Amino acid sequence: MVKKIFLIVMVLLMLFTVAGCGSTEKEVLSILNYDIYIDRDLLKEFEKENNVKIKYDTYSTPEEMYIKAKAGATSYDLIISSEYMIERMINEGMVNKLNFDNIPNYKYIDEDFKNHPYDPNNEYSVPYFWGTLGILYNKNTVDASSESWAMLWDENHSQRIIMMDSQRDSFAAALKLLGYSLNTVNEKELDEAKELLLQQKPLVMAYITDGAPDIMVNEEADMALVWSGEAVSAMAENENLGFVIPKEGSNIWIDAMFIPSTSKNQPLAEKFINFLCSIEATLRNINEVWYSTVHTEAKKQVDEELLNNPAFNIPDEDIEKMEMFRDPKEFIDLYTERWTEIAAQ
Amino acid sequence: MKDRTKYFAYPYVLWMIIFIALPSFLVLLYSITTKESNGLTTIQFTLENYKKFFDPLYLNILWDSIYLAAISTVICLLIGYPAAFIISNTNLSKRNTLLFLCIMPMWMNMLLRTYAWMTILGNNGILNNLFSLIGLPKLNMLYTKGATIMGMVYNFLPFMILPIYTALSKMDKALLEAADDLGADKKTVFIKVILPLSMPGVISGIIMVFMPAVSTFIIPQLLGGNKNMMIGNLVEKLFILNGDWNFGSAISIVMMVIILISMSIMNKFDVDKEGGARLW
Repeated sequence: MVKKIFLIVMVLLMLFTVAGCGSTEKEVLSILNYDIYIDRDLLKEFEKENNVKIKYDTYSTPEEMYIKAKAGATSYDLIISSEYMIERMINEGMVNKLNFDNIPNYKYIDEDFKNHPYDPNNEYSVPYFWGTLGILYNKNTVDASSESWAMLWDENHSQRIIMMDSQRDSFAAALKLLGYSLNTVNEKELDEAKELLLQQKPLVMAYITDGAPDIMVNEEADMALVWSGEAVSAMAENENLGFVIPKEGSNIWIDAMFIPSTSKNQPLAEKFINFLCSIEATLRNINEVWYSTVHTEAKKQVDEELLNNPAFNIPDEDIEKMEMFRDPKEFIDLYTERWTEIAAQ
Repeated sequence: MKDRTKYFAYPYVLWMIIFIALPSFLVLLYSITTKESNGLTTIQFTLENYKKFFDPLYLNILWDSIYLAAISTVICLLIGYPAAFIISNTNLSKRNTLLFLCIMPMWMNMLLRTYAWMTILGNNGILNNLFSLIGLPKLNMLYTKGATIMGMVYNFLPFMILPIYTALSKMDKALLEAADDLGADKKTVFIKVILPLSMPGVISGIIMVFMPAVSTFIIPQLLGGNKNMMIGNLVEKLFILNGDWNFGSAISIVMMVIILISMSIMNKFDVDKEGGARLW
């Protein structure tokens, strides 16, 4: 008998450990964000000011975010991600409409970043940062006068070129060099881009998503395909580095905050969005992530040096040639297949 | 009296059902259903996921993984056997120190150790700086197939040394003396006595190195620069990036079957059924 009780107790104990991590009395705000994309002290301050607990998770690509949000292991209250994935989630009914009465700081957001096709009536999202794709290069070894994506296909820099392990971004470089839209849904154009990337493969040192700026700072490679904020932080550490946005045009992206339909505490999430849109929080985030800001007041207060950096204060004539990623819907499978073919060669 | 201690096994049985049997069943279920299945009512069975795998594109990836893992296993064996032999022949106090040195790196996180290799192999890394110091040209070492193999050998070598060492050290020394007395020279003793007796250890070692090597995804990513996709990278991509859990599960099942078949073949060669160093 004693043994049976013992057995039952053990089984119950196990079930409890499996079933879960108990509840806390404080309100909880679950946030999902890119890695290294916020000044973490801001989280602690918000926790303290509002007597809440923040559960903070990170991811590295929008595709990964989509899976995490959809799998539903955690019901997130707030997600920060890129426009084409937000568009997809809005289309699939996974995003809640915002109550802008709770977000008075929305007035600071630059009009240029409102009313874009991913959220045409500004009902679902609040822009966070924006940026572009370009080439970070070493001024001592690379001649960047061509200002072209062709730089990444230069055989003189064989095994000294770093590409991104991200299908949309790597295809963007090839498609733009060919003069096509980076949102192409034409299989022939995509195949041409694939051939181009295959030609480039012997020249490529590595395909990596994080860490390219570090390699450039250590001068282990000559060129890298990077996002603008990565370039700003690398250039601050090594003055031999330069950044060029190729003349054929590039990608412009906007990362925005939104509340997924799984949210259990929308007012608190809106309060946090408002908190991040304050001038002070935005300035502190700029000094942490180095991407271009969507905040009109904060932009007036950043350092002169940063404003002179074309990777931060991106020139208007470059912006005119830029294109935003759109959700290619089912056609994305073809991108994925081509990218796998390149990786498997 | 009936043996009641068997009840103590129930929690473990439950544990195995929840954490081993159920997940494996789910993987199998994903592999034979379509992406559109969202629940019991909409479930649709298909073999499409398996058919897709036999596309030359994916078979190439599989072949590449097996090839790289096999090379790493052979290198591990070539380094590991002599190492285990030397360790088992030293005196007891030294032996423990040597074993300790084999195991110690495993106390550190594998990711950290792999990152450390990046600083060693890099273009301006420790090795290349050493080369230029003694007047040798710099070499491109990081982000090559060689770096991937090296990373696998480094990470999995202890799994080769330890089972071989166990097999060698529990060998009855009287057998060696007997062979000696009967006039066998050292070479003959090794080939006719030591090697056959250590085979169970060698087979365990091969299995324990080959299995993690064939499915690793972090080493080709960090040291190989994602230039040669291995099967582990493909599965990771399918799950994390593409959300194609069904195809990813099908590949996992195929891998499981391949490993099971190769293990049963390996065990056929194992004549010594009492081999203490055997895994199963």
